[in-house]
Formats: sequence, structure tokens, C-alpha cells
Amino acid sequence: MSATITFSNVSKQFPGTSYYAVERLSFSVEEGEFVTILGSSGCGKTTLLKMINRLYEPDEGSIFLFGEDTAKIDVVRLRRGIGYVIQQTGLFPHMSIAENVATVPKLLKWDKERIQNRVRELLELVKLDPDEFQGRYPSQLSGGQQQRVGLARALAVEPEVMLMDEPFGAVDAITRTGLQDELLSLHRGLGKTFLLVTHDIHEAFKLGTRVMIMNEGKISQFDTPESIIRQPADEFTAALIRSAKEQEKMWEGYI
Amino acid sequence: MSKWSVYLTRHYDDLLEALLEHLQITAVTLLLSLIIASALTIMAIYSKKTGEILVHIFSVLYSVPSLAMFAFLIPVTGLGKTTAVIVLVVYNQYLLLRNFISGLYGVDPAVVEAAEGLGMRRMQVLCQIRIPLAKKALFTGIQLAVVSTIGIATIAAMINAGGLGTILFDGLRTLNVIKIVIGSILSAGLALGINAIFQVAEKRM
Repeated sequence: MSATITFSNVSKQFPGTSYYAVERLSFSVEEGEFVTILGSSGCGKTTLLKMINRLYEPDEGSIFLFGEDTAKIDVVRLRRGIGYVIQQTGLFPHMSIAENVATVPKLLKWDKERIQNRVRELLELVKLDPDEFQGRYPSQLSGGQQQRVGLARALAVEPEVMLMDEPFGAVDAITRTGLQDELLSLHRGLGKTFLLVTHDIHEAFKLGTRVMIMNEGKISQFDTPESIIRQPADEFTAALIRSAKEQEKMWEGYI
Repeated sequence: MSKWSVYLTRHYDDLLEALLEHLQITAVTLLLSLIIASALTIMAIYSKKTGEILVHIFSVLYSVPSLAMFAFLIPVTGLGKTTAVIVLVVYNQYLLLRNFISGLYGVDPAVVEAAEGLGMRRMQVLCQIRIPLAKKALFTGIQLAVVSTIGIATIAAMINAGGLGTILFDGLRTLNVIKIVIGSILSAGLALGINAIFQVAEKRM
């Protein structure tokens, strides 16, 4: 296996703050992995993700994508090769669903017919009926449906890497469970590398082949869900798992 | 009443000429204003600081009364339309830039982030995302600029720029009530009429 993404001593400090958003991060993600990045707000998980497609630039260190230093790749070319999904969906409200999904193929100047076929294919992939949905506008869709469109848009040109920033943070619990299951089967089907940021411990452990636990800009532990649960590396991780178990207990009393 | 109708029939072509001249000044001013404001707005999109500085500079200039501004320029560009248009274009920059920049920056940051994250270049984000989503604010800016141009252009008649103001100021100088009233009605009516057209157009957007 070869490393898809490698962080080498990456630090980032935002202007006007006295602490590092992320501090000397070094890790590798292998091809085809589904890495979930778990942490509370302000721990640096979103910063980490956004440095991969250079929405943020690191102050120190380097990030490699398939062995190539991302700082040396043309930023637009880099981003067109990486799928990106955000919590607020970021769908373009003035464009139809088909136009939204076609964004990157259009930027890459695909011909019309190829784009049309790809849009249909993608909508089917995310379980939206193309005939029913492609002419609609984002505001006419539910939160879960919007998130599916966001996913389809990000997958449009079969990126090798998918970055997802709390993609299901704004959808209700039942819809979220369904979307998580579909994301898992998408990942299995496509075999691409997925990185997903979340503050929901259940989501992180359910989806991730490996889970990265972040605290105050540093990685507390980066391992398979099983190893983390069996052997928490530090007090922060242990506390996180304890709190999740305690939440579980609440339900047990009612069974 | 006959005095009014006599004036109107006799000076029908003078009034029409003044009206056309007024519209011409407004159109030239608007065209130049939009070209300059668009260029400055693009600069502001590349550097937020530049945008803030530009808006500040033009807000200071905007607060200078129009007669004083005309007076400043007369030694340089003389009396007439050129001076009038320069001053009007400068005033418009404040109205246009403030609305353009705040409108374009007011677009939902999540939408802009998604566009950038998908690999749109800055000009593509501007043309495909920011401008279509900010069109109401852009339109408001243009509307304000046109109405303000019509108003200030009336005063520009004082420096021989022509237009509807000539009738009004002629009337004031000769204490001719008919000219004062007709000049006022025409310039106010033009501003109101154009404003109404803009409002209808805005509703269709």
C-alpha cells in the first residue's frame, strides 16, 4: 500500500491567536482508507482537513498527496482532484441540482452529453431519482437530500480523495444513520480514500477504518476503532470513551 | 393658465433639448461610473483591504458638497459637461462600490467556500457565484447612482453643463415662476420616473 496523504510536521497558527490551531502533525493515510477525525470544536480538525485542499495554508511543514508536495501543485488543479463536502452543503442556490452536480465537469470542460450522463449516474449513486430531482433547486430539497447532492457534486470526477467536514451535522438522527450507511457502502464500492471530520463519537467509530482523535491541535491517538476502545492512549481519549459508554447506559434502563 | 400653455408651446423644443441633454449626461456618467466601479470592485475582491480603503476614500469625497467639488475642478477642467461628468462619476463610485463590495462579500461564506473547494478560480467564483447571488445589491447600487446622478446633474447646470437645471436656474435668475416650476417638475419627475422603472425591473428579478 502506498500513502495517499502524508503530513510532515505541519503546524498552523491563525493570525491574532496565541496558540497553534494544529501543532506539528505528522501522519500518513493509506490508499482506500476511511479516516474519521474526531474532536470537540476548536481542536483543529477542520483546520487539518482544509489544509489538504489548501483552503488554509500551513505555516510550517509539508503535506504530500501521492508523494507530491501540495504546496507545489497548482491550487486549482489540486482542488479539482479532491472531493469536498461541507456541513452547510454549500450548494449553489441559484443553480439547479443538475447544474450543481455538474460544477467540476463543467470547469474541466467536459462535453454536454458526457456531463448529462454523469449527472444521472451520480444522482442514482446517491439514491436520488434523476428525473425527479435534476431540475429542482436546492431550496426545494430536504436537508438530507441536499447533503446527497453535495456528495454527488464532490464525487463528480471520481476524485481519489474525498474530504468531508461534518457532512451530516445538520441532518436529523434518522436521516443521518441512513446517510452514514450509504456513505459506507459508497466507500466500499469506490475504493477511494475518505477523510471525514466529526464531533460525534458514534459516527467516528462507525465509519472509520481508522479514527484520529484530536485534542488542542494535536493527535491524541490514531488507530483502528477497536484498538482505541481497548487501549486508549491518553486520559483525553479514555474520557471520551467513558462519556460515550455513559450515554449508552441511559438507554439500557428502558430495555 | 394661458401663460403656462404659451410657455410650453413656445419652448417645447427647448424643454425637450434640456431633457435629452440631461439624459445624455446621466447615460455617459453611468457608463463611465460602471466601468471604473467594476475595475475597482475586482481589485477589492483580490484584496479586502484595498476595498476598505477605496470605500473610505470615496466616502470622504462623497461628503464634499457638489458645488464645492465643481468649483475645485473648474481651474483644471473648466466649465461645462466634462467637469460635471467627472464629479458625478466620483460621487457614483461611493454609491456603487459600497453596494457592490458589501453585496459580493455578503454572499453566504459556505457557498463561496464550496466553490473554492471544488476548484473554481477567483474570477469564476466572482462571475458564476458571487455576482448572480449578489445581483439585488448590485442592482440597488446602480439604482441609487442613477437617481443621484439625475439630481446632482441638475446642479451642474450652474457650471454650464446644460440639462434640465438650465431651465430652473434661468427661472431663478430672472425670477420667472413658470421656468422655476417647470424646471423643478421636470428634474424631479425624471428622477421619480427612472426610479419607478428600476423598481418595476427589480420586482422582475
